[in-house]
Amino acid sequence: MTFGRTLRTAALITAVATLTSGAALAQKKYDTGATDTEIKIGNIMPYSGPASAYGVIGKTEEAYFKMINDKGGINGRKIVYVTYDDGYSPPKAVEQVRKLVESDEVLAVFNPLGTPSNTAIQKYLNAKKIPQLFVATGATKWNDPKNFPWTIGWQPSYQSEAQIYAKWLLKERPDAKVAILYQNDDFGKDYLKGTKDGFGAKASSTIIMEESYEVSEPSIDGHIVKIKAANPDVLLIYTTPKFGAQTIKKTAELGWKPLQIITNVSASVGSVMKPAGFEASQDVLSAAYAKDGADPRWNDDADMKKWVEFLDKYMPGADKTDSSVVYGYGAAQTLVKALEQCGDDLTRANLMKQAASLKDFAPDTLLPGVKINTGPNDFAPISQLQMQKFKGEKWEPFGDIMNGDIAPE
Amino acid sequence: MSAAEEVVAEGNEPVEAVPKRAMTLGTGTSVVVLLLLLAVPLFAKNFVIFQLTQLLYLGLAVLALNILTGGSGQFSLGQSAFYGIGAYVTAVMMEQFNIPYFLCLPVAGVVCFGAGFLFGQPALRLSGVYLALATFALATAMPQLLKLNFLEPWTGGVQGLVVTKPDAPFGLKMSQDMWLYYFTLVVVIAIYVFSVNLLRSRSGRAFMAIRDNEIAASAMGVNVALYKTLAFGVSAGITGVAGGLSAIAVQFVAPDSFTITLAIQLFLGMVVGGVGWLPGSIVGAAFIIFVPNIAEGISKGLSGAVFGVLLFLVIYLVPHGARQVAILGQQLAGRLRRN
Repeated sequence: MTFGRTLRTAALITAVATLTSGAALAQKKYDTGATDTEIKIGNIMPYSGPASAYGVIGKTEEAYFKMINDKGGINGRKIVYVTYDDGYSPPKAVEQVRKLVESDEVLAVFNPLGTPSNTAIQKYLNAKKIPQLFVATGATKWNDPKNFPWTIGWQPSYQSEAQIYAKWLLKERPDAKVAILYQNDDFGKDYLKGTKDGFGAKASSTIIMEESYEVSEPSIDGHIVKIKAANPDVLLIYTTPKFGAQTIKKTAELGWKPLQIITNVSASVGSVMKPAGFEASQDVLSAAYAKDGADPRWNDDADMKKWVEFLDKYMPGADKTDSSVVYGYGAAQTLVKALEQCGDDLTRANLMKQAASLKDFAPDTLLPGVKINTGPNDFAPISQLQMQKFKGEKWEPFGDIMNGDIAPE
Repeated sequence: MSAAEEVVAEGNEPVEAVPKRAMTLGTGTSVVVLLLLLAVPLFAKNFVIFQLTQLLYLGLAVLALNILTGGSGQFSLGQSAFYGIGAYVTAVMMEQFNIPYFLCLPVAGVVCFGAGFLFGQPALRLSGVYLALATFALATAMPQLLKLNFLEPWTGGVQGLVVTKPDAPFGLKMSQDMWLYYFTLVVVIAIYVFSVNLLRSRSGRAFMAIRDNEIAASAMGVNVALYKTLAFGVSAGITGVAGGLSAIAVQFVAPDSFTITLAIQLFLGMVVGGVGWLPGSIVGAAFIIFVPNIAEGISKGLSGAVFGVLLFLVIYLVPHGARQVAILGQQLAGRLRRN
């Protein structure tokens, strides 16, 4: 009895004290990994193995957080960035992520790279209710808040991109006869689905041919010849870089000049357009969402100047033509934005909520007009792209920023 | 005391002046190791338990290679293929056909035994580096075979397959990780005992006779072809079970999990643990799991180089791996006792 009363009194006093001591104090809430002085963020990257070229992304992010810390951190808290090598191996990814969560006790896992690695850790992180923030893969399945409320994407999904091509074609070339060359795996099929969704009811009448190839094929010349025989006037090239170069080269050799659109993945000047030959590559179309660090057009761009300044100070010697440096900067900036929005409520639930309530946020490295928008039912942060045309030795953006929002499945 | 007799002193440490059973540990040491393996998870975090589970199933895969190379003298760089088959058989059965995990493992073992036995047939004509190359081809081909289109409804293609982790049965109050650890431990011990007995049996002696001198073995009446393929089969079968356990523990299988890197890691584990010394398999597995993490801790950018240096040191200082360390330890203990 007495004890019960004491307890009630104590509770009342605490409640009054909390109410009167000001809102700021009452709001300070932390989950594992966040304190008054620091926020611990985990990451896995392929620093070794077949995809080690992407390791630059992790290094850029580390440098970016160092810059943020030097500037005083986020609401006075420093970011502690723990990044491990998973060698692009799913079992290793699981091991390293469990280490991050159970041993390093991070608040969230940020920008883990690769579709297989992310698939491997998704179930674990969602079961533990740990945010899997801004994953570095273009697969469409990350936008699935209903089944995986703790996983959110970042870059435009392959399906969004394909929808944009379809929309553009519907508007500019309504009578086009379209042939699609795609890689026979999830990557290519994502594009195929996006294109069909984009054409909607007109899909069956517009697409006259769907030709797939296996990634193990040494050359896809035979497929190009076959497609040419069907005589389409638009060729959608949903391939990885090596095959992209082969396609552009072969169509030129055949003296065939359809309107060609190549995926953003294969829109690299160095590894696709140049090997295919600049002459053959003229007027090829693609779409982009980020600025090209090597493009002199951005020399006077205030935002890109910040990026260059950052590189000079925190990553001296970094290769400015490497799109991974642009990518890592943009992703890290998005995380900082979400953390800032959290204020003093650094719980995992709130971080996830803030990551899913970004409004018109424009990281420095995205094309002007491309904005990040998320919501409780929209876990696809970037879904806008701009069409671009290959002219001379570089890409030239044209037209409006286009939306490719995909409804979650 | 007789030299061959085991002496068990206060510390439960057996000393064998002459290692009469060079393949295994003494009874006393085995009991100590077993108690340690049983007790450690009770005091460890779930993550550590997960790593220990990894240690056990990778140790099992190294053990399988040890039987093949240490026992019958055949090389294989293709163990990752059997490991992958085992993992996929288990994952597909569990996820697509809802078969309980403990029934999947024996099937994985049998399927891999079959695959290994069949692969052993053409491999019969090859030996030494040629055999190593043939198995290498198998390891290179496997990730692509797993991506094949017509298998995709079952395997999930490039995306792989997510596996549900089993709960502890009978309402035991035990985390999934701990239950899986003990389950793995039981499987590993059973297979270890089986392997030791196999190598001590008629078949085991036949393996070793082939390893030491093929012509002499066949002159003595050993069916060289049969025992060589049998060694391949047994090794592949055990590797398959290890792969199955890995699928359950990692909760995910994808073609990229079973690349040639894995095969080389297993080979490395065998050499570091000591070729032909079964208990060394666990030491070898520990090396391939923990040393890369240590190397990454020393330098992220140069982790590969640091790992290389550490590996080089091990090979240079103790070329026979953990087995050599164990023998040195035994001799030292023997000397201490005499003084």
